[in-house]
Amino acid sequence: MTTALPPVTAAQAAEHGLTAAEFSRFCEAIGRVPNLVELGICSVMWSEHCSYKSSRAVLRGLPTSGPRVLQGPGENAGAIAIGDGLAVVFKIESHNHPSYIEPYQGAATGVGGILRDVFTMGARPIANLNSLRFGALDHPRTRYLVGGVISGIGGYGNCVGVPTVGGEIYFDKAYNENILVNAFTLGLVRADRIFRAKAAGVGNPVIYVGSKTGRDGIHGASLLASAEFDETSDQKRPTVQVGDPFTEKLLIEACLELMEKDVIVAIQDMGAAGLTSSSVEMAASGGLGIVIDLDRVPKREANLTPYEILLSESQERMLIIARAGAEQAVMDIFSKWDLDAAVIGTLTDDGLMRVRAGGQEVVQLPLEPLAHGAPVYERPHAPPANLEELQRLDLAQIPLPGDYNQTLLRLLATPNIASKRWAFRQYDSLVGSNTVLGPGSDAAVLRIKGTGKAIALSVDCNSRYCLLDPYVGAMIAVVESARNVVCSGGEPLGVTNCLNFGNPEKPEIMWQFRESVRGLSDACNALGVPVVSGNVSFYNETDGRAIPPTPTIAMVGLLPDVAQHTTQWFKSEGDVVVLLGRTREELGGSEYLASVRDTVRGTPPWIDLSVEMQVQRVCTQAIREGFVRSAHDCAEGGLAVALAEACISGPGEPLGAEVEMEASIRPDAWLFGESQSRIVLSVRKKHVNRLRDLAREADVPCTVLGEVRGRRLRIGGLVDVSVADLRSAWADALAQQMES
Amino acid sequence: MRWGVVTFPGSLDDADALHALGALGEPAVSLWHKDRSLQGVDCVVLPGGFSYGDYLRAGALARFSPLMESVVRFAAEGGLVLGICNGFQVLCESGLLPGALIRNRSLSFICTTVHCRVEETDTPFTRAYGQADVLALPIKHGEGCYVADPATLQALEDDRQIVLRYVDTAGRATEAANPNGSLRNIAGITNPTRNVFGLMPHPEHACEALCGGVDGAGFFRSVHSSLTEGAPMRSASVPPGL
Repeated sequence: MTTALPPVTAAQAAEHGLTAAEFSRFCEAIGRVPNLVELGICSVMWSEHCSYKSSRAVLRGLPTSGPRVLQGPGENAGAIAIGDGLAVVFKIESHNHPSYIEPYQGAATGVGGILRDVFTMGARPIANLNSLRFGALDHPRTRYLVGGVISGIGGYGNCVGVPTVGGEIYFDKAYNENILVNAFTLGLVRADRIFRAKAAGVGNPVIYVGSKTGRDGIHGASLLASAEFDETSDQKRPTVQVGDPFTEKLLIEACLELMEKDVIVAIQDMGAAGLTSSSVEMAASGGLGIVIDLDRVPKREANLTPYEILLSESQERMLIIARAGAEQAVMDIFSKWDLDAAVIGTLTDDGLMRVRAGGQEVVQLPLEPLAHGAPVYERPHAPPANLEELQRLDLAQIPLPGDYNQTLLRLLATPNIASKRWAFRQYDSLVGSNTVLGPGSDAAVLRIKGTGKAIALSVDCNSRYCLLDPYVGAMIAVVESARNVVCSGGEPLGVTNCLNFGNPEKPEIMWQFRESVRGLSDACNALGVPVVSGNVSFYNETDGRAIPPTPTIAMVGLLPDVAQHTTQWFKSEGDVVVLLGRTREELGGSEYLASVRDTVRGTPPWIDLSVEMQVQRVCTQAIREGFVRSAHDCAEGGLAVALAEACISGPGEPLGAEVEMEASIRPDAWLFGESQSRIVLSVRKKHVNRLRDLAREADVPCTVLGEVRGRRLRIGGLVDVSVADLRSAWADALAQQMES
Repeated sequence: MRWGVVTFPGSLDDADALHALGALGEPAVSLWHKDRSLQGVDCVVLPGGFSYGDYLRAGALARFSPLMESVVRFAAEGGLVLGICNGFQVLCESGLLPGALIRNRSLSFICTTVHCRVEETDTPFTRAYGQADVLALPIKHGEGCYVADPATLQALEDDRQIVLRYVDTAGRATEAANPNGSLRNIAGITNPTRNVFGLMPHPEHACEALCGGVDGAGFFRSVHSSLTEGAPMRSASVPPGL
């Protein structure tokens, strides 16, 4: 096997991010030294981003199956049946590195990429969410990054006709130099019409559709996403892609129209590593070979080299394996939508990737080592040296607040707790006519037209908990996102995760990663929810400083009856406020300690998965019986913040509440501690006994806290603030800080 | 009667308009921008979205599509045309309505619920409402700030072409209630002959109690009744009574 081009040197391999051992492993696998184009292909296919070489062995521990799972990890996205012959297809994916370098385009193309992963499967995207993490708001770059990312998400999402219905936004100085942009899309598909990326049929045509190929995004996957940042990172701006949502919208419509016909054998989007990964992965998963002629690829400019064409990450492109003879049917539909489409190759049976350009063969590589030959690393792991010190917290050393009103107001105005409406109102949350509950309650709820059902969606992670104990923190991320879904009336169906970590070559990062995956597994097993898709983002470090471990969870739940969707805010005076679950004397990792005492230490809140399950079951049963007026998860800021949010977060005039206090623990822990497995419900007086019975049967603590009443929030003798003051502190804080 | 909802490349709320009409029991067909036939429909809806990516200016390229030539002719003959959001922008760019829609005062996209006061009820689009009714309607746009020169604004006032204004919940057209900086709080206008109506709010997203409320349904009901009950502006192509 030889090509027309000369072999590369070891130095060139190193420049492509391959270690010496990896390079010799590749040379051995192909039986010779590759040329430059082939090296480029290997470097992206074997990059951390594409090969999961550091994470693959650990991820095997995740539960991925279940009776409703139609597609688990390994495809473009996961799929779960929801009955009525329908399925939801969903995935979350990171676009962290590009969004830090170029926030608008980085975030925009993150949205575009995850949309393609979903409609590639034949599903019409019906909801976007995102999980964003920025540095401290007073860091000089943060506001620029926030503004760029929010307008990038809106600029792309608003223009493709998919509503952005929720998400989370966190601020922490630990992300000053490595922001996280995790984008989630969910689509709806007929369960018997799911498309996959497994090629079949020797002689079938390989068809390129969508935007023309340009020079943007070359080595986005290998050099940008698979390495740490340093002082030269700004020079990597050309590796960030540029998005065109208008073309994406046309691509969605054209692909979905084509999928109605019986012409597609396999389809995959050209995401990370573009034409290379899509052709290699589809051909390899079918056990076939592939021939591609680069002269036929639609190009934005002349003189693109084979290397550039193969590694370009130009957006809004898909690769289709069609049935032989169906070429014209494909061309007709793409021409209707004014998009390029070109037959650029065929499937063969020789197990090779062969690429021609200008009449020469420039690549001739066996597919198997490209797709599956990357090393699988069992990287060394060890707890961080400072972990014990971080976990040490002596509550006796923490003074009680002098003024609980001021403390509550201050917490409501911290950017992590304050209303995110400033950001969410920049997103179209309505298009598609499915949005029952948009941003602003525990979970978003979308109806499934024609069924009477709905789905509930939540993304969540508290990375402070994960820093202090990644095993517990990851468990909490799972159960809290499930709790959000439950509070909205849904039953958790499945999970997709986005695992954001530092450099896995460091033992303490690998330890965080392993502990987090163990926590995810245990929590998902306990809840009976499978992980059907996901993404790992390593190397979120700058100059050796890593982000806190951030295993973001997106939970998808099902409401059998859309009429049972439930919101977090109080509905009317006279309703009784009830707490499910127990409040413990714990403040470790709390927003209160971080923002009022500038302290991130201790251990995360105690969690027992069986207790959590029981609390969620009681809430679900009460909602099914139809008497829950509001349900709200207790999270950051604790019970006092949850009560305040129930008073002020509704669309109408705020309502007050009068609440008794339990005196057995420190008052600041009772008010602001973040004990898990707690839900604040409001019900009519006549239903309190029924709720108590349900809780007793499940052995869940159930405490009547007080009543919805008046225009002030009064808690024991400690808190007494008007709801107008609470609302203005909470509602205006983010806008004021962003626009000041 | 029968409705036609236009799909330009980049239209986004076309399916939503069809869905809302379906929910209201109104027969509707989809019209494709490359065609010239309006398929005999009685009212044309230009939906929300980013037609042609809003490249050049919002709505600027859609006016050159083959279908828009037919829509302009249809309007000139008295046919009813309803432009929602991007559709309103297309109507202004096509010269079917005066004025223009520019970037919101905040310079950012806004998706929220606003309140609008019905200023005129003797139009085919608003006859189902009461004078000065205050409607809760969603908006979602980046370029919804209505502007026109003073003479045009005066003519709009004099001819009672301003059909909807942004107001607070009490019905007052205050500055604070104006979400995008539109001159005179204008949210929707008609042409002088009142058969072409453009508005920035999305009535099609306010036709079901479950999703967005029902305050927008009256626009569609008005058209239905004006074409089937009152002196019809064009003959109905399907029997009334739906």
